[in-house]
Order: sequence, then C-alpha cells, then structure tokens
Amino acid sequence: MASSVSPPSSRLARWREDHASQLSDLRRGLFRFARNRLSLLGLWIVVVMLGVAVTGSTWVPFPGDTLGDVHMDNRLQPPNATHWFGTDDAGRDVFTRVIVATRTSFQVGLIILGVAISIGVTLGAVAGYVGGTPNQIIMRLTDVMLTFPGIFLPMALAAALGRGMVPAMLALSVTWWPGYCRLVEAQMLKVREEDFVAGARAIGASQRRVIFRHILPNTLTAIVVKASMDFGFAVLALASLGFIGIGIQPPEPDWGSMIALGRRFMPGAWWISTFPGLFMFVMVLGFNLLGDGLRDLLDPNATVK
Amino acid sequence: MLRYLLNRLLWIPVVLILLSLVTFVISRLVPGDPVKLAAGPQARPEQIEKMIEEFGLDRPLHEQYLRYMGGLLQGDWGYSIGNRRAVLPDLLTYFAATLELTVVATLLGLLVGIPLAVVAARWRDRWPDHLSRFVSIGAVSVPVFWIAIVLQLVFGQLLQWLPVSGRFDPRQSYPQSITGILLLDTLLAGNLPGFWTASRYLLLPALCQSLLVVALITRQLRGDLLEMLRKDFVMVARANGIQERILWSRYLMKNAMIATVSMLGFLIGFALGGSVLIEFVFDWPGIGQYATKAALLLDFQVIMGSTLFIGVVVVVVNLFTDLAYRLVDPRIRFS
Repeated sequence: MASSVSPPSSRLARWREDHASQLSDLRRGLFRFARNRLSLLGLWIVVVMLGVAVTGSTWVPFPGDTLGDVHMDNRLQPPNATHWFGTDDAGRDVFTRVIVATRTSFQVGLIILGVAISIGVTLGAVAGYVGGTPNQIIMRLTDVMLTFPGIFLPMALAAALGRGMVPAMLALSVTWWPGYCRLVEAQMLKVREEDFVAGARAIGASQRRVIFRHILPNTLTAIVVKASMDFGFAVLALASLGFIGIGIQPPEPDWGSMIALGRRFMPGAWWISTFPGLFMFVMVLGFNLLGDGLRDLLDPNATVK
Repeated sequence: MLRYLLNRLLWIPVVLILLSLVTFVISRLVPGDPVKLAAGPQARPEQIEKMIEEFGLDRPLHEQYLRYMGGLLQGDWGYSIGNRRAVLPDLLTYFAATLELTVVATLLGLLVGIPLAVVAARWRDRWPDHLSRFVSIGAVSVPVFWIAIVLQLVFGQLLQWLPVSGRFDPRQSYPQSITGILLLDTLLAGNLPGFWTASRYLLLPALCQSLLVVALITRQLRGDLLEMLRKDFVMVARANGIQERILWSRYLMKNAMIATVSMLGFLIGFALGGSVLIEFVFDWPGIGQYATKAALLLDFQVIMGSTLFIGVVVVVVNLFTDLAYRLVDPRIRFS
C-alpha cells in the first residue's frame, strides 16, 4: 500500500492505516456475507421494507383508506387491477392499509427495542461489572422475567394498561429487556478479565470510563446481532397483541388487527387476512435472515475454521 | 448431587415469591376499574363498594400482597369476575388440554427437526444445509396466528380434511375424563374411533405450535453436530476406516443429542408460550385461550392466575430437565 511508504497526509489515510486490520476483517466478512445468498436476500428485504416504511404513505393508491373512510358499494372486492390485495368489509383498499401499517410497525418496533436495550444493557452492565449482591438481585429478576414464556406477560401487562398502541408498546418494552440484560452480563463477565481492561484500570481510568469506553463497545457486536433478529420478533409481538384485540385498535391500520378482521369473513374473503400476514412474514423473514448472516459474520468463533 | 438438589429446591420458594410479585404488581396497575366492569353498568355504588371490600382493594398494598400470597398458598387463586368460578380448578382443567397440545407439538417438532439438522450438518454449505436454514428461519418468522388461519382455510374449508376448531366432535359423546388428556383417555378406554377423532382435532394446532420447536432443534443440533465433526475422535474413527453410517449413528448423534435433550424442557416452556395465540385461533380449550379471553374482558384474577400458573409450570419443568440432564451425563454429575 502506498500509505505505508510515505507518511499518510490526509486524516482518512491515517485512519485507514490505524484500522488496517479491522478493515481487512470487515472486507473478508463482507465477502463471506455476500457469498451467502440467503443473507443477501435478507438484506434486500430489509432495505425494501425500510423504503416502504419511510415513503409508503406518500404513494399508496388510496391514502384515505388508512383511517375511517367507508365505501360500502365497494366492500369485499377480491384482488383486481385497482385493488391488488382486494378490499375489506368497509370497502377499504387492503394494499394501502398493509403498506401504511409498515411505518407504525417499524416505529413501534424501534421504540420497543430502544427501551428494552437501554434497560437491559444498563442492568446487565451493572450486574456484570459490580458483581456480588447487585448481580444476584438483577440476575434473579431477569430469570424470573424470562420464566414467563411467549406473550403471556406482555399480554397480561397490556391488558392491565388498557387497549391501544401505547399500552401495547409499553407492555412489550418493559418485558423485552431481560434477554439483553443476560447477554450483556455474560459478555461483561468475559471481557472484564481481559488485559486491556486491567490496563485501563491500571492507568487510573474511572469505573464509569472502564464500563462505557472499554467494556461496552466490546459487547456491541453481540447486541447488534440480537437486535437485528429481535426487531422482526418485536413487530410480530405487536401484531399478536393487535390480533388478540388488545393492541393497536382499528381503524388504525395494523397487520394483526387486519388479520383478525379477515377471520370473520374467512372462507369467502380470504384476501383480507392472507395478504397482511404474507407481507409481515416476508418482513420478519428478512430481518431474521439478515440477523443470522450477521451472526455468522461477527461471531469470532466462526472465523476460526 | 444431593447438595445441588437441595440448593435448587431452596431457590424455588424465592422464585415463586418473585413470580407472584411480578403478577401482583401488574394486577395493581389496572387503571380502568375492573370491579366496575365486573359489576356491570347497572351496578349501584354500594354494590361496587361491597365488591371492592370483598377483593380487599381498599387495603394498603403490602397487606393486599400478603393476602394474595396467602390465598395462593392455600389454593385460593381468586375467581373469575366473568363467570364467578374459582380460577385454580379451571386452570387445572385447561392445563391438561394445553399440556396435550404442547407435548404432541414438541414430539412433532423433534420428528422434523432432527433429520433436518442431520442432513444440514452432513452436507454443510450445500443445498440441504441452505434448505434447512431457510426452513428453520422461516419457521420462526411466520406469524403463527396467520399460518394457523391459512391452515384452517386450506385443510378445513377448502379441502375439508380436518376440523378447524375445538378439541372433540360435538356430535360424538365426549370421552370420559381420566387424565384430562384426550389421546390417553381414549386409548385407556379402548375407544379407537375416539382416539382418531381427537387426533384429527389435534393435528393442525400441534403442527402450528411445532414450528418453533423445529426451528430451535434444527439450529441447535446442526451446530452441535458440526462441532463434534471437528473433534479428534472423529478423525481417529475415520482413520480406522469406520463406515460413515456408523460414525454418524453411534459416535456423532449420541454426543450431539445431549444438548438437544437438555433443551427439551426449555423447548416445552417455549412451546407453552406459543400456545396463547394457537389456542385462541383453534378454539382449543387450554390455558392460552382462557388467558386471552380474560385479557379481553379485563378479568384480572384470571389473567394473573394463568400467567403465574404458566410461570410455575416452566420453573418446575426446568428443574426436572436440569436434574435429568445431570443424571444422564456423568461429566456434569461429578464436576
């Protein structure tokens, strides 16, 4: 490389030199990632879905159908050239509603994960670094929260808080953190013993600095991988609450409540349930394929072969 | 081993207290007045007053918790404000149905998941591996309540092969309950047509619930098999000219299955969580359906009772799996 001969002049070149090993790791990783068609498929799905979430409401064919519009003369139309996914019992365009629901789902999914990661990482960091009694208290609470399987706990909490988007979001946020807490705690216990942490401590770095500048960045990879797989699940959980009837309430577009609505018209008007579910399936699949590819890519054990 | 067992048993009360604390806290968050809801729109204020007193909602919180906890220990899990029935006996009845569904789903999941993992590991990075990865990732990505509806549509309404809701044909006489698990009850009574009917009702919901198990088993077992393949004993066995078939069945599977077996308890817990939506869609009279109906009616003693019950079941299942694991694997028992 030219930069190794003459001293690097620009900051970019110097940065590249300083991070040469990371960059070559990254390049090798990207190569491996790109070779796996399923991971690439996941990436494409996620990119397209993000585009749909951001721009969807500007180009849907029937923007009025996202809320209370009613066209009784047009109800329960099967899929056709104007209504790609058919119309529902109030004559609203299912395609429009599916597309517009993407944005809400993504926003809520981001909030759920944001809150869950903040709580989980903080608690996990404290438990892993401090150890002793605080560790015991935090980790036992985490175990207990993880004991409730599936959607039981969020459902109970959402039902207690009342119906609608905000209670559902809140219920999922405060029950989603234990996984992150356990992950970060385990990582902290591992990283805490590394030499560079002892070094930082030896030159007098404060406890907070050691945690936030030296240890947490090293747990970031694991958090990112988990979050990329969790995003799809968070959206799924939100839709599940909507489906039961305690999440986002109609006429607000939501995949879960649309599927629930379609059940009432089932053998005849199959399209009302089928398309939102199919769309959601593709989206969750995208995030999971991407997350799985990222895990293979970023897992340090996977490189030693 | 004994010390470990004692240690675990001593933890159980602590875990149970924490579990009940979580459900108690949630039950006291209810902002909309469940009592008013239960009493009905025509209730007079003194009736509501009386109910509040009956539930002890006018006492200080710690007193309410002690009362709640004391009740739980004595088997008083409160009663449904919807139908005025006690919660615990109902939970026990419904649990038999949930257990039947979950166990069958787990077995189905193993039946599909194990071969899928083996072909994936055997032909790593070839098409069977990619297919297995796609199936297992697809299985966790599909919205379970949606696939349930699609299966109902296809197998129930279009093809008319299978019933789509409930647990038994209402036109046939319901099997005498011995264990509460219909497949067992009908077999014990020698009622083969009844067994056939019960299996037909069970198939679709169990299939939906098994998806999660398939996914988890496939990923876990494939990883373990690949790890085993890298071990020295495999190289030695191959150098000795062992047949691949014997290497896989006697050497690899035996070792790799340990982790999968130890996961079983955890898997059953996981599958239990999936029962909520599946039971709701298939009208399967289990705990999940009981809880969802209660959540819609804000029947809070039922919601808390079922959540707590499921939590307790998972704690117990985990304990037994841990013990079984230790009994089976001497490396852990003696460490």
